[in-house]
Amino acid sequence: MKRSIAPIFWLMFGAGGMLAALFGPALVIMTGLAAPFGVGFSPNLIDYSHAIAFARHPLGKLVLLAIIALFAWHGAERIYLTLKDMHLGSRLTLAWLSYGSAGAVTVATTATLLAIGF
Amino acid sequence: MIAAEWAAKRRVTVEVLRYRPEQDADPSLQAYDIPYTEGMSVLQALQHIKDHIDGTLSFRWSCRMAICGSCGMMIGGKPQLACQTILRAGEDRPLRIEPLKHFAIERDLVVTMSGFISKLESIFPFIIPKTSRATTEGEYLQTPAQLARFENFSDCINCMLCYAACPQFGENPDFLGPGVFALLQRYNGDSRDGGRERRMELVHSKDGAWSCTAVGYCSDVCPKHVDPANAVNQNKTNSAVDFFFRFLPRRRSPEREA
Amino acid sequence: MRPPYLRAIDPHWWAKPPYLAYTLREATGIAIVAYALVLLIGVICLALGENAYEGWLGFLVSRWSLALHAMILIAMVFHVWTWFAIMPKTMPRLIIGGYYVEPRLITAAGIMVAALTSLLLLLIALMISQ
Repeated sequence: MKRSIAPIFWLMFGAGGMLAALFGPALVIMTGLAAPFGVGFSPNLIDYSHAIAFARHPLGKLVLLAIIALFAWHGAERIYLTLKDMHLGSRLTLAWLSYGSAGAVTVATTATLLAIGF
Repeated sequence: MIAAEWAAKRRVTVEVLRYRPEQDADPSLQAYDIPYTEGMSVLQALQHIKDHIDGTLSFRWSCRMAICGSCGMMIGGKPQLACQTILRAGEDRPLRIEPLKHFAIERDLVVTMSGFISKLESIFPFIIPKTSRATTEGEYLQTPAQLARFENFSDCINCMLCYAACPQFGENPDFLGPGVFALLQRYNGDSRDGGRERRMELVHSKDGAWSCTAVGYCSDVCPKHVDPANAVNQNKTNSAVDFFFRFLPRRRSPEREA
Repeated sequence: MRPPYLRAIDPHWWAKPPYLAYTLREATGIAIVAYALVLLIGVICLALGENAYEGWLGFLVSRWSLALHAMILIAMVFHVWTWFAIMPKTMPRLIIGGYYVEPRLITAAGIMVAALTSLLLLLIALMISQ
């Protein structure tokens, strides 16, 4: 009986989901609601000099890659399964579209972070 | 006279999906007007119809106490055991009784069970001892904690309500399904069993744990609180761990017991 | 004699109870991806230079971004709730000291931990930004 490769996507879905569960609300508040407007946080938190310093640091790169890529893989799995439930395409088409998009996001993030340099 | 008593009592209408292959091209609803007693079950309603109104109505039943698993059907759109579902009077619409969803209809409320039975047989539903053991060695000893790991899965009565509940089984009839997974896990989780390897091949396939999307409705409808959703999703974890650990040299420790 | 009759499944099962709740839970994936994409665009703008990045910051203070992030936040909180609700299903029965730990307790513990971690992150970020 052929073994499914679903575990690969399921584990990434799980990692992204756990990351989002533990830190998602805080991240959304920080970068999307508070810091830009200077509410609670100074807008310096995400100004250019701090952002570029964060993105240049190897740990900063890791954090950004982890958040963006794992969130993308988590969403991709859920979107893939939901579109499949809705019969909006064949299993293979939807898989390539969803996982392909997440893959593209991962590649784009990695490339951009490397381009930013150290 | 019984007839007069019944005529004086309250009455209620139920609709049953009929299908007689020798005369019907498609199933159709048939309404029955029956006497109502407070607390009567849907099974009693069906038995009244068969005994006094329409002897051609076919349905499975046996124990009438929710342990044999025979009388599973769609009642008011929900998968339920007919013997366990209380009929209500005074509703604005007649109660609709249909055969279990996602299964082919043999006749009236009787569905084809052969697919389910084959799947059940395929998972080695018996204890495969870890090592051969003579009866002179005595019984297996099991702690309450070891029993608790699998006991709820052993409560499965094969009623197939979980299959009617599962939309992914509706989409993929080859999916092993919640009930079979409950029984698979009943054995994999039993400390006396050593047959896990054999059963995992089925778990790893796309028709195994990976057809499940954790809807969870199967556990909601289970009349014996088996929690089949847990059986399936536990095995996603097992399958995923095994997917990566299988390349390591053979050791018993990387995979957890259950 | 006719073969057994197979009824067609309802192609819109995912939009109706009791499955609608499940579909809504899965829909939180869209919000999570949306947030990732906002960050990705931010990182790309960062790579393109200060001007581009200022543009991204400018988007963040717009009402569109505010509305978007508010919706993402609601979805994120719903995600936390439903994530830990389903988590116990992926584990074998938890038995501690001879007692069976009910899934509801595992869920509650998970949500509390998540509240703590988000709070900690906010506090750390607050301290840094002073």
